[in-house]
Amino acid sequence: MTPVTQPTPPPLLEVRDLQTHFHTRAGVVKAVDGVSFDLAPGQILGLVGESGSGKSVTGFSLLGLVDPPGRIVGGSVRLDGQDLVGMPVEKLRDLRGRRIAMVFQDPMMTLNPVLTVGRQIALAIRAHDRVSERAAYDRVAEVLSRVGIPDARARLDAYPHEFSGGMRQRVAIAIAMSHSPGVIVADEPTTALDVSIQAQILYEMRALARESGTALIWISHDLATVSSLAERLLVMYAGRIVEEGPTAAVLRDPRHPDTRGLLDSMPATAEPGTQLSQIPGTTPSLLALPPGCAFAPRCAHATETCSTEPPRRGAGDRAWACHHPLEPAA
Amino acid sequence: MSAPFLSMERISKRFDPQLSLGDRIAARFGARVEDRPVRAVTEVDLAIERGETLGLVGESGCGKSTLGRMAAGILGPTSGSVALDGVPVLREGRKVTTRVQTVFQDPFASLDPRMRIGDIVAEGPVAHGLVSKRDAPGYVGDWLARVGLDPDFADRYPHQFSGGQRQRVAIARALAMQPDLLVCDEPVASLDVSIQAQIINLFLELRRGLDITCLFISHDLGVVRHVPDRVAIMYLGRIVEIGETERIYREPRHPYTRALLDSVPRLVLDDDALVEFAAITGEIPSPLAPPPGCGFHPRCPLAVDGCRRAVPELLDDGADRRVACHVRAAERAAQSGENPGESIAT
Repeated sequence: MTPVTQPTPPPLLEVRDLQTHFHTRAGVVKAVDGVSFDLAPGQILGLVGESGSGKSVTGFSLLGLVDPPGRIVGGSVRLDGQDLVGMPVEKLRDLRGRRIAMVFQDPMMTLNPVLTVGRQIALAIRAHDRVSERAAYDRVAEVLSRVGIPDARARLDAYPHEFSGGMRQRVAIAIAMSHSPGVIVADEPTTALDVSIQAQILYEMRALARESGTALIWISHDLATVSSLAERLLVMYAGRIVEEGPTAAVLRDPRHPDTRGLLDSMPATAEPGTQLSQIPGTTPSLLALPPGCAFAPRCAHATETCSTEPPRRGAGDRAWACHHPLEPAA
Repeated sequence: MSAPFLSMERISKRFDPQLSLGDRIAARFGARVEDRPVRAVTEVDLAIERGETLGLVGESGCGKSTLGRMAAGILGPTSGSVALDGVPVLREGRKVTTRVQTVFQDPFASLDPRMRIGDIVAEGPVAHGLVSKRDAPGYVGDWLARVGLDPDFADRYPHQFSGGQRQRVAIARALAMQPDLLVCDEPVASLDVSIQAQIINLFLELRRGLDITCLFISHDLGVVRHVPDRVAIMYLGRIVEIGETERIYREPRHPYTRALLDSVPRLVLDDDALVEFAAITGEIPSPLAPPPGCGFHPRCPLAVDGCRRAVPELLDDGADRRVACHVRAAERAAQSGENPGESIAT
């Protein structure tokens, strides 16, 4: 490790001990249970985990988009130093879109099917900036061409259904980019797309982050995609961060058995035609988490301690929460 | 050489839009009403040998599911024929054989939520006389055990299971019919990676244990490398390359196959590696208006004039491989033809 020589700038986004719980009739579901991380301007952060690990709820919580029965019950989300948790709705609405924006897996969740693409992006622009309709449309054409939509001006009058899936996702990204926000939270933005289109979107997202200094939180279950994009990686399991660090270092040398398991179950890492190693069992019910490590019932290394005592996450750049971390590779 | 086990000959599927009276009147008055047919599958020849697993890959809209549904006898082809062991799968538009079974992508949609899983698995075999009603519970229990489920689960309902377990139920249901051919349409696409690995392992085990013939459809090139013996790549309703899986992955011949393999993100383990995203330029053309000639030419880095005119035939490219590409065909002709020394680098 090289020592840090220059003072680190204050983080753009500072999340501390975030807790989002869902109060259901069956009990309290701790979907996000004590998540902390920092995000610097222009940084791309990958957030991975199996479904149900709480990665999407974490993303939604950052923007205050969790609907009842879900509620942020603890922790803080500081953006530019202001805590978004408990902020009045009007103030939050002023920040959403302008300073922090979201891209969803399904672009039709963002797009209004009865408005032309140009009109809805213009609405998003005029929601925060007092500009004329004409000036807004000029900016629409500009953001659309920035996300790689060819002949953008001619397509302003098209409706979302006239676009392909990849083009719709670009429109959703264009809306998120339209105010050059500090942070974009992207929840599985390329999962529904074909690989050839995915590669185009990845290329453009990275270029946008570089050029505009927008930081990205890239939520995905696909380690390969995340590894090609993100500088830092957080691995979530059952609502908690179980491992984090620089992406390549984590993937090269995972210390938490869940990270190892995720890597090994990728078909691409195994010899073709051979059995894939698999994580036994399924993700635990968040209603009845074991008192110790939530991964213990599926873990080959688990001992008595694991089932009774929750592991504490170490501190520092490269950290994990495990009683029996895997040996580092030689 | 004997006839292949499953043979599809010159098979095409066209979907004609069903215009309502209102649509037709609107069209008369000049409204934009879509009346072009969708050419989902065009003149595909495909053969699967007994005991073989053939992978079918392609991006959305390429016609792979339509082709799979025709193999399974769920859809009738517009032209061409599908035969299993010499017997047509369809007669007068009705599926006449129970020897083909299908596993669908979404195990949440393909299992009746109001039936116990024991009844779901038993329904087909009992109706077709493969097992008596009395012996059904034991029979179902055997199949549940084979796919890795506790036979005691038989009286539970689908909602009591996770996605991976439901997909196991769907596989047990298909296998309990003792099919000769199993068509799997994106069987792991809706599952988590760790669960995906469990189901892929189950496929590998079952294939070894049951000597089953399988058509394995997927858009996921990582999954397809793992399961099938041979793989066929589809683009815009046609097969563009077919051959042994490892050979194709190591050395793709069709420019589309190459571009597709290049665009799959790889796991990056270098600290400072800047990944080049090798994106195929442009979009997949609409099957409503496929480009003339080779369907891939508007996006192809190798395209020459001839590609815009004629549709390339799927031709032998050596080593049990066939490729539908004018440029590759010319290369091959140059290598083996009259002028072996002549270069094709024009």
